[in-house]
Amino acid sequence: MPTEQQGITSYAVYLPRYRLSRGEIASAIGARANGTRVVAGHDQDATSLAVEAASRLDLATAAPRSLWYSTTSPAYLEKTNATAIHAAVGLDEEIPAFDLGANARSAPAALLSASASQGIAVMADLRQGDAGGSDERDGGDAAAAFAFGPQPVAELLATASTSAEFLDRWRLPTEVAAHVWEERFGQREYDSAGLRAVALALSRAGLTHQDVTLVGVAGPNARATKSVTAACTKGGARAVGADLLSLVGNCGSTQFGLVLADLLDQARPGDVLLCVSLADGADAFVLRATERIGAQRSDIRGQLEPSIPVDYPKYLVWRGRVAREAPRRPDPQRPSAPFARRNEPFKFGFRGGRCLSCGRVQFPLPRVCYHCHAVDRFEVVRGAGQRATIVTFTVDRLAFSPSPPLRSAVVELEQGGRIQCELTDVAQEPQVGDTVEMTFRRAVSVETIHNYLWKARPVS
Amino acid sequence: MAIHSIKDRVAIIAMGCTRFGEFFDKGVDDLIVDAVTETVAGTSLSLDDIDAFWLGTYVSGISGMSLSRALRLEGKPVTRVENMCATGSEALRAACYAVAAGAVDVAMAVGAEKLKDTGYSGLISPKIQDDGSRVDLSAPANFSLLVPAYEHRYGVSEGDFRAAMTHVAWKNHQNGALNPRAQFRKAVTKEAIDASPQVAGRFGVLDCSGVADGAAAAIVVRAEDAWKYTDKPIFIKAFSLVSGAASGNIDEGYDFTTFPEAVASVTQAYAEAGITNPRQQLALAEVHDCFTATEIVLMEDLGFAERGSAWESVLAGEFDRDGVLPVNPDGGLKSFGHPVGASGLRMLYEAWLQLRGEAGERQLATADRGLALTQNLGGAPGAAVSFVSIVGTDAV
Repeated sequence: MPTEQQGITSYAVYLPRYRLSRGEIASAIGARANGTRVVAGHDQDATSLAVEAASRLDLATAAPRSLWYSTTSPAYLEKTNATAIHAAVGLDEEIPAFDLGANARSAPAALLSASASQGIAVMADLRQGDAGGSDERDGGDAAAAFAFGPQPVAELLATASTSAEFLDRWRLPTEVAAHVWEERFGQREYDSAGLRAVALALSRAGLTHQDVTLVGVAGPNARATKSVTAACTKGGARAVGADLLSLVGNCGSTQFGLVLADLLDQARPGDVLLCVSLADGADAFVLRATERIGAQRSDIRGQLEPSIPVDYPKYLVWRGRVAREAPRRPDPQRPSAPFARRNEPFKFGFRGGRCLSCGRVQFPLPRVCYHCHAVDRFEVVRGAGQRATIVTFTVDRLAFSPSPPLRSAVVELEQGGRIQCELTDVAQEPQVGDTVEMTFRRAVSVETIHNYLWKARPVS
Repeated sequence: MAIHSIKDRVAIIAMGCTRFGEFFDKGVDDLIVDAVTETVAGTSLSLDDIDAFWLGTYVSGISGMSLSRALRLEGKPVTRVENMCATGSEALRAACYAVAAGAVDVAMAVGAEKLKDTGYSGLISPKIQDDGSRVDLSAPANFSLLVPAYEHRYGVSEGDFRAAMTHVAWKNHQNGALNPRAQFRKAVTKEAIDASPQVAGRFGVLDCSGVADGAAAAIVVRAEDAWKYTDKPIFIKAFSLVSGAASGNIDEGYDFTTFPEAVASVTQAYAEAGITNPRQQLALAEVHDCFTATEIVLMEDLGFAERGSAWESVLAGEFDRDGVLPVNPDGGLKSFGHPVGASGLRMLYEAWLQLRGEAGERQLATADRGLALTQNLGGAPGAAVSFVSIVGTDAV
């Protein structure tokens, strides 16, 4: 009896809506650049991006058994960020959720860990850099997520890793931008580490370069990704995903996820996929697309448009790199930790209750039904993932917002229930009756506490 | 079980009200002393003769000592009350109930607010510690939710509703221009209102009530004692307070075109006072025009206009000073100013002046109808407290 196929059962990518001109960035230091990079909104951090990608996974068929989170830009240190993702995705308490260290290699680490435990690997990054510099210009913000288990869309045939200690790229915990050694030094190391990992992975899979259909390589060293890609396509395989560096930007550890998702998006049943991460060594993954491939694409390229342009000064304000004039209003209050813990089912999980007496859905889970006044007679319902309709709305030019004006709407969810929330990613003024969808965001950080909550965004 | 009317059992025998405005040279104690001194001076009484005090203040003090300290009262029962923007009316309500209950002979209600010491724009409300999940809108933003909802429900164009909101601001500024105690004593052109800087939703600065300092006070006694103190007492005909379930932003049955709390409170008040045709029976109405759209919606909630038609009635001038039913003849919150804790008693002060024929230049032709309504609202659409009083010149 053949072993049951194991591999990637579901995958997703999230690209934020905003685009920043690289030319505008470069002009800060009198340089020129082409194209745009993807940037997250003012109310997004790596954790909230991760929730966007993870929420798009199809977890209905099999609940994940673990969650592994990779980022180079963690919202918190000391505290695990994966627990917020775990809560917002609505996973059971028994499912462990882990952050991996803030480094580019954490993405393959997340994949290896998830593949070994029928888990999900989530990668998200907000890439910044010094003003006008290459990190800021060539970086990108995005998230990707992969679920592992039986009946995969792509069977994981083999993996192989090589580890190498050398300085190619590094950053201290307090710094925004990374430091890079002369690129050719790193390239030499990665050429060697990468090709050895690839050779080992292919041999473990019982394949040769000639069997590979599609190749994707990701890593912080652009010269190395190019040369390893070239080496891996000599057997006739087609390279995929290199243009994402230009279309999206290099998204740090998440770049590996974007390249893997792009490989999967372009794969046909039977295709052999080789995906290589070049970060402090190399990690090679060999997969074979199954007949299920194509059921649910990540549509990474389809997410490039529609987009909303953001100009460079506004972007710098969004990231807190330029202080803006404060409104003549009191600062927002620090969120209470015990309150947030009590309210976690709603605040993170967007759960409420359906009254068992009258059927009315209400958020958060109430004690007393507003309609029939039944007490503590509710079944838990979840609002995340639903669309909603605008009942009424406003633009508040007085209230505090990190990116004024604050927009708010009262919305009704398609499966019942009404909430009042902020509107985000708004390109044009809303109308009563407009359709929106719920999105997990970081509203503002007060006294180092990030205030995560659900907002609504127009359906594009 | 039922709420019982105190109709004709309590009379107002003296009132006072400071000018409302930006008083950088006055603290809340000064405002209290000014309003109370003026009120007492209108009678043969002294502060010692007043048996109990209720102070309404939203953010300017805690405990009854905010009043007893300011006045250096000794040995008196003093209570501070708060019910959002209906705080001043709450003080009146408590004082009147104490008299009606027979617990005291003479009671005083004081409303006072000092808002201009914060340095912030708009009204700053106290924050209860929470986890930040609730969207924290400014007051104008909350009330501006009425506008798209009303237009959508009744098919009113943005231009027509804008014109009606502008008319409310224009009317109330016209009225306030005649009022020596108003914060803004200046008529404003409709063009200026239309062009005022945006604050929230479709509200400009001139759609918003004035953030102000001020205080007002009233002395109340048993109705049968009223004539001992004044020739022209004003009698309480009805009181109603309704505190909403605050479910408008979770209840799919609420459509943001009405204040159900106002409807409930006015229905009870009309029943107590025997009012069946408010447009004809009331000499005036002082309503909670915190924002122009609020006044439009209240015209329907209070039964002054049919549902969906108040914007037309407003534009037709029906609530102007010379209209069918003058609304906010003193300038309203819009131009008299809105020192939160004082506003409910300020509304009553205009009813007091008009019904006694003491409103000077603003004296209304309708005053001989002998009944006035005050409607004081706190909160936001979908989550409000509404107070309604009806007062009158006749003892029974």
